[in-house]
Amino acid sequence: MDAFNLLETPSVWSNWLAFWSFEDINVLWVLMGSILLGMSASVIGGFAFLRKRSLVGDALAHAALPGVMMAFLLFQSRDPLVMFLGAVTSSFIGFYLIDWLPKNTKIKADAALAITLSFFFALGLMLLSYIQGLEVDNKSGLDKILFGQAAAMTQKDIKLLGYVALFVLSCVVLFFQKFRLIAFSATYARTIGIAVNRYELLLALLIVMSVVVGLQLVGVVLMAAVLLTPVAAARFWSNQLSHILIIAAALGALSAIISTQISYLAPAMPTGPWMVVSLSALFFLSLLFAPEKGLLKRYTEHNKLRKRVAEENVLRTLYKLLERKDFQHKTFNIADIQALRSMPLEHLQATLKQLCKKALITSSTAGFEMTTTGFGLAEQLTRRHRLWENYLTEHAELTPQQVHQHAERIEHILTPSQELQLQAELTNSQSDPHGNLIPNANSASQGDSK
Amino acid sequence: MTNDIWIIATAALVAASCALVGVFLILRRQALIGDAISHSVLLGIVLAYIITDSRALPIMLGGAVIIGLLTAWLSDSLHRVGKLQSDASIGIIFTLFFAIGIILISLYAGQIDLDQSCVLYGEIAFIPFDTLYIGNLDTGSGFDIGPRAFWGIGIVFMIVLSSIIISFNRLKTIAFHPSLALSLGINVIFWHYFLMTLVSMTTVASFEAVGAILVVALLVIPASSAYLVARSLKAMLWMAVGYSQLAVLIGYALAFWLDSSISASIAVSAGLLLFVTIAWQKVQSKRKVLQSIESA
Repeated sequence: MDAFNLLETPSVWSNWLAFWSFEDINVLWVLMGSILLGMSASVIGGFAFLRKRSLVGDALAHAALPGVMMAFLLFQSRDPLVMFLGAVTSSFIGFYLIDWLPKNTKIKADAALAITLSFFFALGLMLLSYIQGLEVDNKSGLDKILFGQAAAMTQKDIKLLGYVALFVLSCVVLFFQKFRLIAFSATYARTIGIAVNRYELLLALLIVMSVVVGLQLVGVVLMAAVLLTPVAAARFWSNQLSHILIIAAALGALSAIISTQISYLAPAMPTGPWMVVSLSALFFLSLLFAPEKGLLKRYTEHNKLRKRVAEENVLRTLYKLLERKDFQHKTFNIADIQALRSMPLEHLQATLKQLCKKALITSSTAGFEMTTTGFGLAEQLTRRHRLWENYLTEHAELTPQQVHQHAERIEHILTPSQELQLQAELTNSQSDPHGNLIPNANSASQGDSK
Repeated sequence: MTNDIWIIATAALVAASCALVGVFLILRRQALIGDAISHSVLLGIVLAYIITDSRALPIMLGGAVIIGLLTAWLSDSLHRVGKLQSDASIGIIFTLFFAIGIILISLYAGQIDLDQSCVLYGEIAFIPFDTLYIGNLDTGSGFDIGPRAFWGIGIVFMIVLSSIIISFNRLKTIAFHPSLALSLGINVIFWHYFLMTLVSMTTVASFEAVGAILVVALLVIPASSAYLVARSLKAMLWMAVGYSQLAVLIGYALAFWLDSSISASIAVSAGLLLFVTIAWQKVQSKRKVLQSIESA
């Protein structure tokens, strides 16, 4: 067993070392190429995503296939540039068709996408099988573009890839302002005199180019993911477009590094699927743990809010009880609270404990009593609640019976400045529609400063 | 010659089942989820094969239906929970599933008689060589009943056809008025997943014959052609089947003539039929405009 391990481990290890020491200069080339591709595809995919055309990359990648085959049939050569131009042409026809079908026939946009994708792909496969039946030279390896194989790329391929990726990236940097404006509001862009159609054409061209150039690395079938997944993941990290695009580019580059490595360690492995799997892993990590909008963050924030609302509700209930006793009797037990606010007992107990911890109430054998801080907070909440009730009856013409529910929700989120504004708009800020006194602002602002 | 007949018969059944299911996908504007399921079904097939080491139809169907439903459910949840656009969430899920499927195929390359090109093309030309038989062939008491794939898609076709006939009215309401269906108390979610089940079953049974991606062509294109022409659901179903059968015949001839892949040629001819239909409609409407100008 030990001997077996000794034989096995170093081989992967040394392979890995060989990869990172760049003994084979080709490795460096492929790595650079795939990083550039990952970055440019993710960035340009961001704009497709914003235009709500996330799957357009999928259709375009499929649409490139017949172009590649046609170029090979016509010129009998595997020159990367010839292939590239053929692919760009047919991909562009596909792009046009996706647009044309829903505008000119009854066919809906999603069906148009699926039709274009499958028709062009079928055409490509038909030509491929036709070519394979022909007696021509160097036809082998044409099918590599279906799933991509980084190891099979030549330096010429990679140079082309690098140029195109750099071109795409620099176009995006150069026209970032215009692209952003068009992505968010094409109509506004048009009214301020931007030639929207020209920029849309450029954007389409950039998308087509980055799709086509990635085919050899990622393959036709999975190219969609490289455009779509990084930006979808980056979406959870930020709300600002420039940040989203930078993060997407970083994720694209990272997955490129991972998948190129695997493709070298296990040469039989196609690169594309590994790139997609690593991208998806990054996506799910972002979905769960991203600091801005990840699920974990959203969950904890939601919980925090729920707890705060529960605490504030209990405080307000204590205030109401106090009011009923004309501020004479100050201690209340759980039964008193439950009589006014229906809450599961366990939940109530937990909330009361939390309030004690925050020194907003004190607990004794007789029951619970608010501290000065707690009283200030309760007064402030009650004030906001009742001001809002007044506001609704005066300005929204609701009856006193209707307003309580609204106020119950808004009291937790009103800010001090909104409170002042409310007071200024009201003719009556002394008592609420139910006839209860509104606590005055002095003590409320005391509560605020705490 | 008998081989040709088996191939055409299998292709005809594949095309017909896809067309029938595709009609509902087009009407419910779920062409993309059809695309997604046809990709991710690959993972179901590979997993079922690795786990059970058998290629029996029920196992393949089971694996594919589970993964198909999982795709539909996951994309839907990602859309709701992650607040992503629905097409983006579909794209993320199916590319992941398809990628895992391809990786598994390369990992177990020696043990699975699926390879990457079979995933794309299917192997309809080899279907007649993998036959089912009753009894024992060696002793002479059994006899050949035809290709395995033929019976697989035949069973699925019967399932699809009978579910459409039985639940025709339900499906009609859901296809044309989803909100009315909801207010009538029809369980729209159940029918959604029911449709997804049919899509997954059709895809997996067609898989061997036409491959993962050409299934999309057969699902979407004949149904779209029918959508352009038909004026009722019944007419649309009939026409979709008609278009698909025509595509099979033309495609087979095309493949014979060019010596190209049969399944790809069928899909291409389905597309050509769609474009002919569109062109014909454009000419018709132009003629109508001209006539109305003349008469006025």
